[in-house]
Amino acid sequence: MSGGRRRSRRDPFVATPLTKVALLATVILSIFPIYWMVIIASRTNSDAVDVPPPLLPGGNLGENIQRVLATEDAHFLQGMLNSLIVTSSVTISVVLISTFAGFAFARLHFRGRNLLLGSILLTMMVPLQQMGIVPLYQLMVELGWVGTLKAVILPYLLNGFGVFLMTQYTRQAVPEELVEAARVDGASTMRIWWNVILPAVRPGMAVLALQTFMLNWNEFLWPLIVLTPENPTVQVSISFLTAAHATDYVLIFTGTALSVLPLIFVFVAFGRQIVGGLMEGAVKA
Amino acid sequence: MSVNLHSQRADPVPPPRLRPGRHHAGPQRRFLSQFDIRATPYLLISPYFLLFAVFGLFPLVFTLWVSLHDYELAGGDAAFTGLENYANLLTDASFWNAVVNTVGIFVLATVPQLVLALMLANALNKRLRGRLFFRLGVLIPLVTSVVAVAIVFTQLFGRDFGMVNWLLGFFGVENINWQNAKWSSWIAIATMVDWRWTGYNAIIYLAGMQTIPRDLYEAASIDGASSRRQFWSITLPMIRPTIIFTVFVSTIGGLTLFAEPVMFGSNRMEGGSTGQFQTIAMYIVKEGFRDFDYGYAAAAAWLLFILILVGVAINYTFIRRIGGNQ
Repeated sequence: MSGGRRRSRRDPFVATPLTKVALLATVILSIFPIYWMVIIASRTNSDAVDVPPPLLPGGNLGENIQRVLATEDAHFLQGMLNSLIVTSSVTISVVLISTFAGFAFARLHFRGRNLLLGSILLTMMVPLQQMGIVPLYQLMVELGWVGTLKAVILPYLLNGFGVFLMTQYTRQAVPEELVEAARVDGASTMRIWWNVILPAVRPGMAVLALQTFMLNWNEFLWPLIVLTPENPTVQVSISFLTAAHATDYVLIFTGTALSVLPLIFVFVAFGRQIVGGLMEGAVKA
Repeated sequence: MSVNLHSQRADPVPPPRLRPGRHHAGPQRRFLSQFDIRATPYLLISPYFLLFAVFGLFPLVFTLWVSLHDYELAGGDAAFTGLENYANLLTDASFWNAVVNTVGIFVLATVPQLVLALMLANALNKRLRGRLFFRLGVLIPLVTSVVAVAIVFTQLFGRDFGMVNWLLGFFGVENINWQNAKWSSWIAIATMVDWRWTGYNAIIYLAGMQTIPRDLYEAASIDGASSRRQFWSITLPMIRPTIIFTVFVSTIGGLTLFAEPVMFGSNRMEGGSTGQFQTIAMYIVKEGFRDFDYGYAAAAAWLLFILILVGVAINYTFIRRIGGNQ
């Protein structure tokens, strides 16, 4: 916990050397598996099973990437492209739907408001992914959507967490009086949304977008079931890679490393916002 | 976006840019505006509820219906069987095996994870240089996908060439076949879960800790309370809502665990040669999509839901007691 209790009597908020060492160790442990992934992805299969294990990257990364792309049965590029399409569509819709609903729940008055909001909170407890899997699959068979991207986009457009987050955010970012004032000025509800709500809740939307993107990129169970190996998302493609080329560590690790690239990009570009957003959302929840 | 990580509130709201001079409301206009005020809210929430009806409510109700029938993919007559699927499940040793595995891995993963996250948050809450570096550092595991984590850790836990066995070898431990036994496979899978989520939970706890007024600690220090004592009597009770939130999320996530054990077991639903790490979610997929027994899988899905409700309730009452009324 807090290391040196000797000094802390004066100011309990000073980080002791022990605290710093522990934190540094945690960060190293956090990074190591990702670093390890890069090491293996840049080496050969005989290096990968060396004892002691290699600890520095090798020079085979380019060659390995080409090998992943040349592995036709994995459809890796198709998977990356599909994941980008699916994740972007889901992210845009979730953010829009949640912002609309969040505005209504936070700042409009209508009959059944609390009941409906409560029902959303309740459904957040339902593991829809597992519970709904059988009928959802049936539904997709009926619609003829099995193997298509529609099947992995539409069920993810509803996100109770997103509505909850945007409701909380709107409540806190837009004062009630501002909406009233706009109303007195004769603005319609949609005009209020556009001119008053949207500019104020943009940071909340950004956080929701980032979280949705990261979660959806990682979605695994449902795409695995409803998509075909010929038209996969990137996670399905990799799981196929591991199944069909189980002994080819380097191939699997290279594919895996490539698959997290978009997430790393998002993290590097928006890391600050992610930290800030997680912390804000948590306090409000 | 707020620049300061400490800021708990959003940027100030810019003044609305509305065109003035729309006060002349005739009867027709008044009707329109009444309609707007009454109907638009429903319009705004309708996308969510329409989608929920199709992709949320319908599957749930249908699952309930299917679970009461002898329903197979091949179609034919789905005979009504009442609670037979449930009765069979409750006497099915392989289902109970999956339940025990799921709960076992859940406990093994969640307890150390949340305790470590609390300690980590407490450390991150100190005054120290490079704050953003440490915060981002502990969040890094989030950028990896579940599948990627599973692949890397499965290799690290490999029997012959895995780094974990190699390190344990220095302490004279013989190579462990991690997939082979219940305890070892549970530990390996729990490690994956913990590695990925401890930092995330720590950041959420940290957010809670920063809302605690610092003069509380100052007062406690003056009264001679040790920092351990302060942690138990101030920090823990004050962030209890945040803890409840994380326990809630971890319970749902833990009891529906799927990708990690699947990848750990070479992409198969059986969870090891004797099902030593098959979770309920894997069991459902295996019954429904490998053995095509939908009714049975649907019943298992409802039992999983009940298990989650029970799990959330137990954890909630447990956490409410922690650090309370001191």
